[in-house]
Amino acid sequence: MSKIINSGGDEAEFAKPLYVPIKRRSFFMYAGATAGATALLLSGCSDDDDNGVTPAGMVNLGAGDVGVLNFAYALEQLEAAFYARVKASPASDFSATEKDYFVQVAAHEAIHRDFFKAAINRDAPGKIIQDLTPVFDTIDFTKRASVLSAARTFEDLGVQAYNGAGKYLKTPAYLVIAGQIVSVEARHAAYVRDLISNGSFADDSIIDPITGLDKALEPTAVIAAAQGFIKEKLDATNVGK
Amino acid sequence: MNIFRIIEQLSEVDADTLGRFDSRRAVFKTLGSTAKRGALAAAPVFVASLFQKAYGQTAKPTVVEVLNYAQTLELLEEDFYKKMVAAGQIPTGAPKAAIDLILKHESAHVKLLDATIKALGGTPVTGIKFKTSAFPADYATQLVVAQALEDTGVRAYKGQAGNLMGAMAGTTNLLQVALQIHSVEARHAAHIRGMRQQTAWIQAADSSLPAPLGPAYTGAIRESNVVQSNVNITNQLANPYSANDAAASFDEVLTMAEVTDASRAGGLIGA
Repeated sequence: MSKIINSGGDEAEFAKPLYVPIKRRSFFMYAGATAGATALLLSGCSDDDDNGVTPAGMVNLGAGDVGVLNFAYALEQLEAAFYARVKASPASDFSATEKDYFVQVAAHEAIHRDFFKAAINRDAPGKIIQDLTPVFDTIDFTKRASVLSAARTFEDLGVQAYNGAGKYLKTPAYLVIAGQIVSVEARHAAYVRDLISNGSFADDSIIDPITGLDKALEPTAVIAAAQGFIKEKLDATNVGK
Repeated sequence: MNIFRIIEQLSEVDADTLGRFDSRRAVFKTLGSTAKRGALAAAPVFVASLFQKAYGQTAKPTVVEVLNYAQTLELLEEDFYKKMVAAGQIPTGAPKAAIDLILKHESAHVKLLDATIKALGGTPVTGIKFKTSAFPADYATQLVVAQALEDTGVRAYKGQAGNLMGAMAGTTNLLQVALQIHSVEARHAAHIRGMRQQTAWIQAADSSLPAPLGPAYTGAIRESNVVQSNVNITNQLANPYSANDAAASFDEVLTMAEVTDASRAGGLIGA
């Protein structure tokens, strides 16, 4: 019995819900297997399919699960950079509550970015894409309306991206993580939409009134929509494949 | 019967034995209190249920079972909002418009799931109602229940994503459809929370709220959790983050058993 208790480690570890460690352990098993499988997959492809900057100067997000993770990482880099600007110099016509809430949103997105970076480097060493350079020339950070409009674009796009990419993930643990993040993006989207126009959190422009479904976009369509905000050219053609 | 010896032996062949229980502390605490009550006669039953809980849920539900589970929740939500509209206490204007919109979506989800289950050759669950005796008399508490239902719904769909991997109905990818419902539930939850002057996202402290809200944020993995895939978000990333931001940046799953438990949605279903 002492052996069992000892395996729990310290008090905090002891109290943790143990569903989590199961997933952690299997996550590593899966992750290791996936990384290996991905490496095999990639080694069987042409040079153009590899991650990183290709000879054509494009940032290739890669293939398989790691491609999906890089795809998410690219979007989270964009969102995190956007909200970091909002947090650093908020528009003067934001209310105190709005400023406070956007500081929280900025933290969520920075966490998502840092998390993907850590997870990709751990599970698929050498496959992570470079740091991207955001292009926010079209956004007037001094104007609440301009910031909210851009935020709505980023958040709705984020929801559509995860909704469309989930089916390409082969590792259950990654799918759960994507699900854990997309609902937070949807909460952000609803909040921003309600700030723009109260009641537009899930209006007919974004939710199909007949099926009650949110939108889902294929990775290439998402990148096409996001490309205008990113200096480097991104290639998502092999994401999930 | 030496329960600890059994667990220890099991753990030698199955490294995840302890992980299968709710938490190490909970297992031993429950065992301790059971012993204190002197309920030795009931011990075999108790132990059996313990292992049933730990090992009994490993069978993956069928796609139709998952969709009927989703349908149960959608029917519950739909009936709740119908009752809320019928109660007539929602202020006209933005609040009424929001509840009407949410009800419209829940009804759409019911129709979609009904058709999908039939298309798969299954029998859609019907007749699920929000228990009349549990329906709150006042508008403020109705919103509390709405928040609990929506945030529970988000967690419930998230919990089934893995069971829908690769599931198709004709050319329709059912995992994607589930995700497309999941994010709508999250938008609903966000708005209802806003109607209650809460942040759109779940705060770590929500896991400590009294019922009926609290149980929506607890479970084997609480919404206050700050560890994701073995990474402590507060101190193991490139930058440090507060426990609240770490918790709020990731929503958590609930299992089928947790959602249908009497402390959560299961306790709201009735005549």
